[in-house]
Amino acid sequence: MVKKIKNLKEFSLSNDRFEGANLMCPGCAHNIIVREVLNATDDPIIVATATGCLEVCTAVYPKTSWDVSWLHIGFENAAVAAATISAAYEVMKKKGKLPPATQKMVDEGREPKIVAFGGDGGTYDIGFQSLSGAFERGHNFMYVCLDNEVYANTGGQRSSSTPIGASTSTSPAGSVSYGEKMMKKSMVEIMSDHGAPYVAQVSPSKWKDLVKKVQKGFEVYGPVYINAQSACTTEWKHAPEDTIEVSDLGVESCVWPLYEIINERDEHGIIYSTKLNITYRPKKKIPVEEYLAAQPRFRHLFKPENRHIIDLWQKAVDARWEYLQKREEAGV
Amino acid sequence: MAKKYELNEVEVWDGNMAAAHALRQADIDIVAAYPITPSTPIVQNYSKFLADGYVDGEFIMVESEHSAMSGCVAASAAGVRAATATSSQGFALMVEVLYQASGMRLPIVMTVVNRALAAPLNVNGDHSDMYLGRDAGWINLCSYNPQEAYDLTLMAFKIGEDLNVRLPVMVHQDGFICSHTAQNVRPLQDEEAKEFIGEFKAVNSMLDVANPVTHGVQTEEDWHFEHKARQHNDLMNSIKTINEVFAQFKDRTGREYTPVYTYKMDDADVAIFALGTTVESARIAADQMREKGIKAGVVSLRVLRPFPFKEVQEALGNVKAVATLDRSAPGGTFGMLFNEISAALLAGGKKPVVLNYIYGLGGRDTTIEMLKEVYEDLDKCAKAGEPVVPLQQFLGLRGPKLSFY
Repeated sequence: MVKKIKNLKEFSLSNDRFEGANLMCPGCAHNIIVREVLNATDDPIIVATATGCLEVCTAVYPKTSWDVSWLHIGFENAAVAAATISAAYEVMKKKGKLPPATQKMVDEGREPKIVAFGGDGGTYDIGFQSLSGAFERGHNFMYVCLDNEVYANTGGQRSSSTPIGASTSTSPAGSVSYGEKMMKKSMVEIMSDHGAPYVAQVSPSKWKDLVKKVQKGFEVYGPVYINAQSACTTEWKHAPEDTIEVSDLGVESCVWPLYEIINERDEHGIIYSTKLNITYRPKKKIPVEEYLAAQPRFRHLFKPENRHIIDLWQKAVDARWEYLQKREEAGV
Repeated sequence: MAKKYELNEVEVWDGNMAAAHALRQADIDIVAAYPITPSTPIVQNYSKFLADGYVDGEFIMVESEHSAMSGCVAASAAGVRAATATSSQGFALMVEVLYQASGMRLPIVMTVVNRALAAPLNVNGDHSDMYLGRDAGWINLCSYNPQEAYDLTLMAFKIGEDLNVRLPVMVHQDGFICSHTAQNVRPLQDEEAKEFIGEFKAVNSMLDVANPVTHGVQTEEDWHFEHKARQHNDLMNSIKTINEVFAQFKDRTGREYTPVYTYKMDDADVAIFALGTTVESARIAADQMREKGIKAGVVSLRVLRPFPFKEVQEALGNVKAVATLDRSAPGGTFGMLFNEISAALLAGGKKPVVLNYIYGLGGRDTTIEMLKEVYEDLDKCAKAGEPVVPLQQFLGLRGPKLSFY
């Protein structure tokens, strides 16, 4: 059942199933994203979480921040965990052996939504095999990557999501280095290419867009991937109160474009249509430099010897925005 | 509703087929598995049962053993019956998750077809994988032949799922010698097996959306120790349930299992202590030694974990010399059996000669003649009242003899 989200006030009054008073850093975007995802539906939710900031800050025995069933196993297996819970649910439904309260909700048309949360380390890197396997097998669940572009939980090491030029604790900027050398991995396209019915990129600052996409994801059957920009006050080094502003700068500069890819299948499961939609188009695309300048992790790029990396950034962002627009126009 | 599989009173099954039928009869909700020699036929057989309508649950062919065990953990936390099978490298890849399964008190069952660990790569049987996982907090049951692999797999569900236990259980069988050798097996009929194991009792099911539950929490120095101590306590005490289930199984089938297995130990002066199929060879060697006037016996573990400390002390009684046979490269010390059996004997105030033989690595054949040589060594030591051969020797190794101490 789709929940109607009219305005922020109403949204903020939703029944909270995730306690905000947890151990996360002040200003952490993870909290915002998780609440937005859980608030997108009134249906029951079951959550699996990879090892990472979200996990270590929300389930420290004997306390828990979760008023939904929640599981953490390890760093690299949140996807298979959620996928197998989904399979277990389907087996018990088929056998008619669901717990009575769950069966009642199912009878009312309120099937549980099964969601996995992982950071970019647990998604792009160590959990990628498990994620790829679960998507290939087509389990019915949603995977949300809380992408803060760094191993924040272990002290800010680079991941394959860390963008070029970022100074991290294992790709530090120094007298002969401008920081991270590699471009960011394109997870949204990679997950779409698994044949997933729905994948999308979201930002917590554009909350209506985020919620709408999560709701679309809950409506399709099969694996859904949501890549959520998650500004990290500790590792991006901006002030806690600037989280939403930094997120917005990412969106308005097209560093973090908001889009979705829909793979439509026929009754045999054959994809007959792949369609990319840009869901937010900045009225005036701001220079990437403004996004970078707001985050001290990029401060060293403004030295004369590193300015060429800012130029490279702008070129890469422009090329990617161009690519997304071409795909949208072509309807592929 | 799964079809009933018509079984003969006596079937000719190898260890893999025996384990696969036990899994089929256990009415498992989720099997998540990945193929690896020599346990592959277990998942193949199970897939075929599913394809032919003999299984109601789901079989998820995951992309790695790490995901196989992770899937079992998630399914079990979701409140359904979960099981898998593996060997060797696959077992090694699972190790992280084995600890998570036991720490989260999830009664998963895993059939392990024992095989060597690389390098060098080797697909044949030894106990390296069993030894790697022995401290992972699982109940470990050991079989010697397909009948026992079948029996112990059925019993594993009943033991692990007992509300006083709630721990994962692995059932070991030797790669190839047991897993690929067809022998007579007397199975239970489907309904009998199902009745014996009973319905799965979900505890803290994640699927019960009216009662949200948090699984897999963080604990640091203030709670971790208490959790691990409680887990150890319950694993130690699980021997009571194991004995009860063994007794119930005997009532039903007449087949008797005990935590420690003994053969001709009542009057034995010398004993071989071994695991797996070697026990059957050692029995023949012991009989042949007895014809020569040497009072030889055999001791083995049905239950490797929880370690049956008292029963081991009792089984070795007044033996004068015992050879512990370890089928795993000891990696710079004595074999596990040598260390654990010596400790049990010493703590019980007994000081027989204890020897250690490393044998059968990577599937090297261990003959009755070799085992008779071990008994000859033991006889010499028993008569001398002290070790007159090196404490650690390598049985069946080519080239110059290798020994220590």
